[in-house]
Amino acid sequence: MFQLAEIRHMVRIPPWLFGQTLNDAVVEELNRKLANKVVLNVGLCIALFDITSLGDSYIFPGDGASHTRVTFRYIVFRPFMEEVLEGVIKSCSADGIQVSLGFYEDIYIRHDAMMTNSHFDETDRTWVWDYQTEDETHHLYMDIGEKIRFKIIAEQFADTTPAGPELTEGIDTASERKDGKKPYMIYGTINDQGLGLVSWWTNSNVEEQVNEEEEDEEVE
Amino acid sequence: MEVVNSKGAVLSNWEVFGLLKDLCQQDVKGRRNLAKTQTHLANIAFDTLKYLEKTPCRNQSPEVIHGFLESVKDFKLTKAEKLQLINLRPTTPVEMQLIIEDSEERLTEEQVDQLIALVEHHLPDNPQHLVNGKPNQ
Repeated sequence: MFQLAEIRHMVRIPPWLFGQTLNDAVVEELNRKLANKVVLNVGLCIALFDITSLGDSYIFPGDGASHTRVTFRYIVFRPFMEEVLEGVIKSCSADGIQVSLGFYEDIYIRHDAMMTNSHFDETDRTWVWDYQTEDETHHLYMDIGEKIRFKIIAEQFADTTPAGPELTEGIDTASERKDGKKPYMIYGTINDQGLGLVSWWTNSNVEEQVNEEEEDEEVE
Repeated sequence: MEVVNSKGAVLSNWEVFGLLKDLCQQDVKGRRNLAKTQTHLANIAFDTLKYLEKTPCRNQSPEVIHGFLESVKDFKLTKAEKLQLINLRPTTPVEMQLIIEDSEERLTEEQVDQLIALVEHHLPDNPQHLVNGKPNQ
């Protein structure tokens, strides 16, 4: 789920950080620059792991800041393919389900990655898995806020650096900006044994536990 | 900025959890207020911690993980599989099959049961169970 990315960067340290040691200043600048941002083809940056090398510092004419070449390792969120993760359902639509991990929520389970025999319930606006046993069909609803387990099948990075001004004017660009291109999207699937709502696969245990607890209470 | 190696090492949830916890504790000691000077870092660290606190990694330690890895040496699992065993702490055969690829061919039923027993023995119980007042059985 988390990986280390090794990055080299020329860090600019503004004069008001000269009071600290170089190390502290570099750590602060790197975290300010990268934390909670997506780096193209790397992943979502979380926090600095360590600094592997620190070059000489330079001062350029016309700039009071010092520049230091730093190689460092950063903790990034980037699950590998086929990794199994657990999250919470954030929203549902006919296109699929959006899953949130709390710190990251651009995870989508598309309609074609649902369990076989699933359908979207228009009135409840949730996805339903029609699980068939020998004699009857169980309708298993996937409500918002439920814990869901999924497998990563694809990831997609988008370059969101601003290009030139848009040629189309007015409302179009405004709405586009509102939707926003997602810099990093993950696609998951729940079409496998053990995937889907966590409660589907632990239900029997939970019931047992509840029974046990009730028994305990009775004894008390 | 140039990326030297985008896929360096893979970290377990516990490693990230420990690191972020240290980071937030440093903040409490009051060297500088993280929330004021570095809002992005404070936000992501807080949210990630909140997520990780709900996962089994919360109760793990280097000794626990080391002990577990030693005990599953003979199962010939891949690195990714072992990582997920530690991160997810599966306790049912269905979950095992999900995490271990081609588990039907690679492992016998007894081995799967053995693996579950090892997971339960070495890795501390899920925090949810602790809340219910049921620590390790």
